[in-house]
Amino acid sequence: MINSLNYFSSLAIPLTIMVIIFYGLKEKKKTFDVFLVGAKEGIEIVVKMLPTLLGIFLAIGLLRSSGIIDFFVNLLTPITDFIKFPSQVMPLALLRPISGSASMAVAVDIMNNYGVDTLVGIITSVIMGSTETTFYTIAIYTSCVGIKKTRWILLPALAADIAGMVASVLICRFLS
Amino acid sequence: MLNILWPVFIILSFVYAIITGKVNDVNNGIFEALENAVELSITFLGTISLWNGIMEIAKNTTLINKLTNMLRPVIRRLFPELKNNEKANQEISINMIANILGLGNAATPLGIKAMKTMQEDNERKDELSNSMMMFILLNTASLQLIPTNVIAIRTSLGSQNPTSIIIPVWISSIVAAIVGILFVKILIKKGRK
Repeated sequence: MINSLNYFSSLAIPLTIMVIIFYGLKEKKKTFDVFLVGAKEGIEIVVKMLPTLLGIFLAIGLLRSSGIIDFFVNLLTPITDFIKFPSQVMPLALLRPISGSASMAVAVDIMNNYGVDTLVGIITSVIMGSTETTFYTIAIYTSCVGIKKTRWILLPALAADIAGMVASVLICRFLS
Repeated sequence: MLNILWPVFIILSFVYAIITGKVNDVNNGIFEALENAVELSITFLGTISLWNGIMEIAKNTTLINKLTNMLRPVIRRLFPELKNNEKANQEISINMIANILGLGNAATPLGIKAMKTMQEDNERKDELSNSMMMFILLNTASLQLIPTNVIAIRTSLGSQNPTSIIIPVWISSIVAAIVGILFVKILIKKGRK
């Protein structure tokens, strides 16, 4: 079952690209020219992202190499063990709703340290893929209409994040 | 938020390193971190450009409209109060499709449009309406067909099977979305009483 799951996972990208290019051809678009426009924009996105990545990686790298992250992870271990959540992933779980770039840096750091294809690495990947920067999203969509009273939106949004993280751990444990 | 966290993280690390005698580790850590950031950016340069290019093609075809129409029944269910607001329905659908296709850059401006349309019908202008809350929740759930960034990171770190996470990601993001949607629905019902 895991093999067929992997197979379907690996089909997702080729199928998506194929369907989109097929539609482009069917509607007689200049697919390559249009592709180039988008790709160029992609390069701009990455160039704009690099300073943020540098800054965040620096801060996270320092936390890691000074040993202070391990100190906090050890503090949290009794709690995370109790709920069977891998303590190595805890820094990611805490930062994920707050900052996209910081949580990305933490995720890379965790996978560098514990391996990409280990259980911890896979859980980290699945959490990164299945959750969003909740605080940022709420901030953008409330500020654009000038609303300050957000009622209780944070509650279900964070509950969804926690559910996603717990589900990630359970699914990865089940599959490995 | 990061204007507080960033300096605190850095100072805390230096102080802790000096106390525990790990100054050399920290020195190495600085350069390693910078190298990692550049390496990741180079990987992103490839993958993000590819997806942006592919999705640009999708944006130029009727595929987006077709997907948007497929989503209509779901949107009607989630936003009963917008029954008669065709404009809001449409904008929400397009925002969702952009999210699902990973068009982050397009999804946010579309979402802002949808929020503005919903604000017109909002009875209390300084407070989120029920529909707005459901809409924000859907945007905080990461419903994405291909988690391209994670796959890029996994590739750059030398994973044997970088795409193996796609289906687990689908399952757990759907679980997260369902929990969030039910929670919002329950709180809306309670709020009415």
